[in-house]
Amino acid sequence: MTSTKLLSHHRTLNLLSLLLFIGLWQSLALYLSDNSLPTPTTVAKVFWQETLSGQLPYHLGITLLRLVSSFTIAMLLGCAIGIVLGRSKKLDAFFDNWLVIFLNIPALVTIILCYVWFGLVESAAILAVVINKLPNVVVTIREGTRALDKDLLEMARCYHFGKRKTLIHVIWPQLHPFVMGATRSGLALIWKIILVVELLGRSNGMGYQLHLFFQLFDVASILAYTIAFVAVIQLIELVVLKPLDRRAGRWRR
Amino acid sequence: MAPMTAITVDIINKSYPAAGQAGLHQAIANLKLSLPSNEFICLVGPSGCGKTTLLNILAGLDKDYSGEITVEHQHKVAQQHKAPKIGYVFQNPRLLPWRTVRENITLTLPKDHDPKSVDALLETMQLFQAQHVYPERLSLGMSRRVSIIRAFAVDPDILLMDEPFVSLDAPTARQVRQLLIELWLQRPHTVLFVTHDLREAIALADRLIFLSSPPMQAISDIKVPIPRNERNNEAEVESFRQKLLQDYPEIRSLL
Repeated sequence: MTSTKLLSHHRTLNLLSLLLFIGLWQSLALYLSDNSLPTPTTVAKVFWQETLSGQLPYHLGITLLRLVSSFTIAMLLGCAIGIVLGRSKKLDAFFDNWLVIFLNIPALVTIILCYVWFGLVESAAILAVVINKLPNVVVTIREGTRALDKDLLEMARCYHFGKRKTLIHVIWPQLHPFVMGATRSGLALIWKIILVVELLGRSNGMGYQLHLFFQLFDVASILAYTIAFVAVIQLIELVVLKPLDRRAGRWRR
Repeated sequence: MAPMTAITVDIINKSYPAAGQAGLHQAIANLKLSLPSNEFICLVGPSGCGKTTLLNILAGLDKDYSGEITVEHQHKVAQQHKAPKIGYVFQNPRLLPWRTVRENITLTLPKDHDPKSVDALLETMQLFQAQHVYPERLSLGMSRRVSIIRAFAVDPDILLMDEPFVSLDAPTARQVRQLLIELWLQRPHTVLFVTHDLREAIALADRLIFLSSPPMQAISDIKVPIPRNERNNEAEVESFRQKLLQDYPEIRSLL
């Protein structure tokens, strides 16, 4: 009872804050009445036109596809490397320097180098994003692996769980919060980098379009695309990540 | 033929390396024990004397020691299990918090195990109602009982118990003790039971082994002559305890 009440209360507040934001934007735009800050209604119109023409869905789709593939590769590789480094002190000591180097290379440098070395191709674009994201995942998962409960691992060894069972029932549930953390920070990082990758070396996708609009000073289109992108990321959070969190946390009091 | 599992322990030295302020700590020195097959043995000693270390070594969890542990194991179904099955009731329950009570138990069992045997154990330990609950909702006493069921359920050849009845209320402790003995009589296996409580040790054991403060050594090794059906008789247990304390004054400092 109280929790649903609280929830609806929370929703109303959310809605109010959103309305206030749009209202502020609208009044500021009307006050300035300048092309560099179009009103929300103008942006909505552009959004609708772009959606109807199929331009926005196409470019958004392309970018999302790149996001999903680079994200998947980075997470799988990162988890595997992170677990290995977290479990082995020797390997960790050896590869720690590499990690520090890769963590500190600016995203722009990796992107440029990938394009220079492998050409302006799709795989170079994906590779650039993966290289940018991978060290972050490795560091997070390594931290998680180091924090694994030794008592439970001993229990698993004593009762002959074997590698597979230990991974599924003992290690993975403990890593889950770290993986979710890496996922969240990863999505935020990747979708910022991916636009730069597209801007520099691809002829489609959100980054490419934004570059085009920038050259035309078409702020309304830039905002329309931005809103679409933010909405999609929020949707991923709501539809995929939140339910995953809930499912994994149901054993907690 | 019942399974035979005899263990010979000969640990020359087990030390923990110096870490920070703490210097090198020698936990065990020249510990020789012979644990015949299917005997119920209680290890009694002061806390921190290295009993848990000894159990970890026996369970194969700690391999960093000098000395030798020999396990002679013969099973009725020849070579079905090369290594003896070990049930270990740790000092803390060590349940997986993200698995339910029942899952925590069945995870240690092969896929084709008989669910009825788990049901029966849950029933006796009064946890049948709680079998689908996550461990965070259990009291410490209940969690302990789950970890005891887990150790019983694997039908161990060697059962290691590290002060398993601490924090159980007296009636439950008595009940679980009774169950432990029943299960052991039904299906004999080698039991190593660590405790502080001399009365509990006398009520349970075939043999008492008294251990010194670190570096741990065996001080005395005493058979309990009270027949199994007299073990519930508290007067009998108490008089044997008094006799022990009188005959072996060195024990008194350990308790």
